[in-house]
Parts: sequence; C-alpha cells; structure tokens
Amino acid sequence: MIALPARSPEGVITSEGLACDLLCFATIEQYPKLVRAFKNAGFQMAIDVCGVDYLEQMDRPLPEGVVATRFEVVVNLLNMVKKERVRIRVQAGTDNPEVASLFDLYPGVEAMEREAYDMFGILFSKHPDMTRILMPEDWEGHPLRKDYGVGRVPVQFKEAPGPR
Amino acid sequence: MTDRIRTAPRPDLLVVETSEGAQGLQSRSETSKDELGREVGSVLRVSGLTLDPNDVDFDRQDDETMIINMGPAHPSTHGVLRLMLELDGEFVLRTKPVIGYLHTGMEKTGEQLTYTQGATNVTRMDYVSPIANELNYSMAVEKLLGIEVPERAIWIRMMMAELNRIVSHLVWMATNGMDLGATSMMIYGFRERELVLAFFEKTAGLRLNLNYVRPGGVAADLPDGWQDDVAVICETIDARTYEYDQLLTGQPIFRERMVGVAPITAEEAIALSVTGPVLRSTGVAWDLRRAMPYLAYDQVEFDVIVGTYGDNFDRYAIRLNEIRESVKIVRQCLDMMPKGDYRVQDPKVTPPPRARIGESMEALIHHFKLFTEGMQVPVGEVYSAVESPRGELGCYLVSDGSSKPYRLHVRGPSFVNLQAIPLLMRGGSLSDAITVISTVDPIMGEVDR
Repeated sequence: MIALPARSPEGVITSEGLACDLLCFATIEQYPKLVRAFKNAGFQMAIDVCGVDYLEQMDRPLPEGVVATRFEVVVNLLNMVKKERVRIRVQAGTDNPEVASLFDLYPGVEAMEREAYDMFGILFSKHPDMTRILMPEDWEGHPLRKDYGVGRVPVQFKEAPGPR
Repeated sequence: MTDRIRTAPRPDLLVVETSEGAQGLQSRSETSKDELGREVGSVLRVSGLTLDPNDVDFDRQDDETMIINMGPAHPSTHGVLRLMLELDGEFVLRTKPVIGYLHTGMEKTGEQLTYTQGATNVTRMDYVSPIANELNYSMAVEKLLGIEVPERAIWIRMMMAELNRIVSHLVWMATNGMDLGATSMMIYGFRERELVLAFFEKTAGLRLNLNYVRPGGVAADLPDGWQDDVAVICETIDARTYEYDQLLTGQPIFRERMVGVAPITAEEAIALSVTGPVLRSTGVAWDLRRAMPYLAYDQVEFDVIVGTYGDNFDRYAIRLNEIRESVKIVRQCLDMMPKGDYRVQDPKVTPPPRARIGESMEALIHHFKLFTEGMQVPVGEVYSAVESPRGELGCYLVSDGSSKPYRLHVRGPSFVNLQAIPLLMRGGSLSDAITVISTVDPIMGEVDR
C-alpha cells in the first residue's frame, strides 16, 4: 500500500482497496485538492471517471466518518512511472449532485465527465462543454439512475408497454 | 442547475432532425473566444502545455469557413461515428466528434443480467476483440469473488486473447488499407482473419461474440488437435505479415499519406488519457501486459513495440509488429500449455458437467441454482483492467451481494482515444482526416456501449 501524498487535504479517509494500491474517500470539497495532490505526486493520467447511483444502497459499508450520499463519482488515477493505481470515491451529493471538473488537471476526463453527466445527471462545475454525449440532446432523464423508468419510452418494433 | 449546462439554439436553417443542438459543433459567431481556444484541437485545452494564443484564429468570420458533417453513415468512419468539421478550403480547423448513434444502454442491461449472463453482454461492446471484453469482465468478477482460476485456464485465456489481438489488428490493417485505397490489403486482412475465426468456431462454437471466457475459467477446453491448428495459424500469419510489409510499408502512395501525418506528442497523449497503440506510437512504452502483468504475461517473452514520432505511420508499424509479437506469445502458449482443469471446480461458480446432472442430485441442484439465481458475489467494488488491442480496457464493478452487478461500468479505450481526434486533425487536409480516424481505430460498439 502506498502512502497519501505529503500535502493531502485533511479528512480524507483511506483504506486498502481491492485490486488497487490505494482507495480514498473524499467529500466534494476535498476532492479537487486531493486529485491535485495526487497529480503533483506523479499520477499523470486520469484513466477513468464514472458515476454510481447508490439509491438502493444508502446503508452500504463505508469507513467510519464518511457520510454516504446517493451519488458517487469514482475516479481512477494512474502513476505510469511507479505503476500504481489510486481510486477516489467522491460522495457527490444526493439531490443536486455537483462536483468540480478535473478538466484543468486532466483534459482527458472531458468525455468521461460528460458521460457521467449524461447517464446520472451529476454536474461537473467549470467543465467546458457540459452537454449530453451518448443520449440525444432533448432526452429526458438520466438513464443509469436507479429510479429511471425502464420501458418508459415506447420502443419501435415492439409492443410498447405502458410506463412502469 | 440549468445554467451550468451548455445550451445552444437549434438553427432553423438546418433541418432540425439532423441538428444535435449543443452537442454539435457551433458556428464561430456563437462560440466564445475561450471556447474556440479549447475547441481548436484538444491540445489547446492543455493549459500551458502547447497553448499558443497566436495559433488560434479568433478573427476569422463565419463566411470564411464551412462546417460540414461527416458521418454517421460515412464508409470511412468505421461505423456510426459522426464528425463535424470546420473547413477552410480543404483544411480542417476544428473537429468535434458527435457520438451516441450506437448507444444501446449496455451498462444498464448489465445491471439486469446475472454474473453468468454478463459475459454475453460485454462481449458485444468491442465486437472486433470480444475476448478482451470477456476477459476483462471475468477478471473483475473473479477479483470480487476472490477465486483463482486454474493454470490451464489462464494459459488458454492468454492464448485466445493474443489470437484475438491478431484478429483485431488484421481487421485494422484491412480497413486501413481500404481507407487508403489499398483494396488488396482489405482482401488479405480478412483472408487471414478467417483462419483464426475458424479456430474460434472450433473452440467456442461461435466466430464473433464468443462468450468463451467466463467468470471462473473458460467455457470449454481446447478441441482435440488444437496444437496443429494453432501452429498453422502462427506459421501462416507470421509469414504473411512480411507480405503486408512488402505490400504497404515501402509503398510510395501509402507512405505519402502516413509518414509525418497527424503527429501527437507523448505529453498530449498522456494528458488526453490516450492508451494503446496511439500512446505507444509517441514512444511511451506503456503496455499493461508488461507494466502490470495479469494472466501469465510475466512468464512469456515479448517486446513492447513503441514508435518515435507519434504519426500515422508509427501507429501502423506498431500494429503490424504487434501481430508478430502476439504470434510469438501464442507460440509460447503452445509450448507451455499446462494440463489440468480449464475452469475452477467451485460448484457455486461453474456449472457441473452435463453428464453429472443425470447421476448426481447435488450437481442437479447446483446447476439449477446457478442458472436460476446466478452466483452470489460478495459486497464490494473493484476496478480491473486489461490491455485490449485498442488500449486500456477497464471494468468497474459494484456488487451489492446479489447475483446481479449493482453497477457495471466499462472504460472503453476507443471512447477515450476519440478525444485525440480533434487534435490530430487540426491543420490537416480533409483526406488526412480519413487516415486519422483509421489509425486511432475507434470501434463504435465500444464508444457508445
């Protein structure tokens, strides 16, 4: 297990994650500072950003001190020199989830953050192009949310079921 | 909340049905200076890296340029990729990929399927390299389950993954040749691919979406006489790569369109999270098979191929040589294939053999439980990654302890690599745009999922 970078923000809780070198938990406020600290510590690449909707899992096991929210943003960072992976789970809020965009640190997260917005409705503030990416522009709702009505939209070539 | 979301009017002049609103490329009169700076190739998005403010032509007017639409039904976009290109004459100024035309909600589907069924879902994402998808998914599930697969399963998986890499790169060679007008390469690429697909059919019963690698091992043992088939495949393909070399590498027209066209630097590639051959073409020797070995890649010998200039030609040369390296690995698998089980003997994970069901009550119960309820996976979350032919293919899996994933997220390398396209196309001619799409090698099934 690797250590947290020297100037990491207070209050970040870490534990040994499954199949990664370090698993961190952060609040919305700690998140940009934590990622910046990791970037300065040599994590050059943001390999993945995705959202998770824990609507049915509000009592999920979390380390002590972490306040569970409905949405999580999960960021995977990669240090290509030391060959280490870090995973950061950000508690991104329940009603109007919004976290800071990592665009200024890692331009490569642009499409991934747009996908998280499109699928979960998690907003990334200061993202240069916060638009839907996979769904059409005028789509209603965010499909990967757990309370999204599957079958709400009639599908062509099928006996369209009523709204579930 | 709504003021954070970018909006744009849908222009009346355009047919409304083809307008993507804010997702599309906006005309200059509607683009702010900052936005334009970012849009002019993604590299300008990297603050302080290669940003040259003088390079951005702010004062250009709308009537000097033209926004055209390429795709989603263009034959050279390899599927349903739609690019909006701003052209000055024949040169590309700005590019924006508009994706989602093949979005079928596979991550949502994955939440409805049990872990046993899940492999059939993920294998359809990157349909040119299905084994990599299944492998990635299975390894994530196995990490959550905490099981070790038998030695033979590991080696079978590795051999099939490398055969799949050969297939994938052959398809790339074929379509790339087609894009450049080398139609004979198209025929040759698909001819050799047929050899491997025939072997896949013999082994797994299917040619494309195999569902061969499953959580706990592989679906079936290798067929009798597989050594001969694999030996023939290795020998043929290894020899044929030298024919491709003769056909393409020194060919003046081919070189003219590849050498020095659309370069990318290592810093830009890393900043844009680009992986796979596109990253290696810049000279970064980053290959998960070597850097973070999984399966038994630390026991076989192979070279990580890197380029120097990051141009189209390097990306071609890397893929051609990776075919040879994969052949090398397959040959070692052939020699070192251990004996034993091809799947883990845990009745909670793998179904009992068909013959046992008729004679053993316990086997019948396990079989019934496994196919009606599925396997119970402990609560947890895991990110696991493999090197697919296109780059780092990752799988983030959240389990709530039931038999279906709570969240299945796949990090598709094509999806992320697509971000390099605006940068690579900047300043090039429209005909080079075709080669850029080709050498970045996006598979739309994986981009849109």
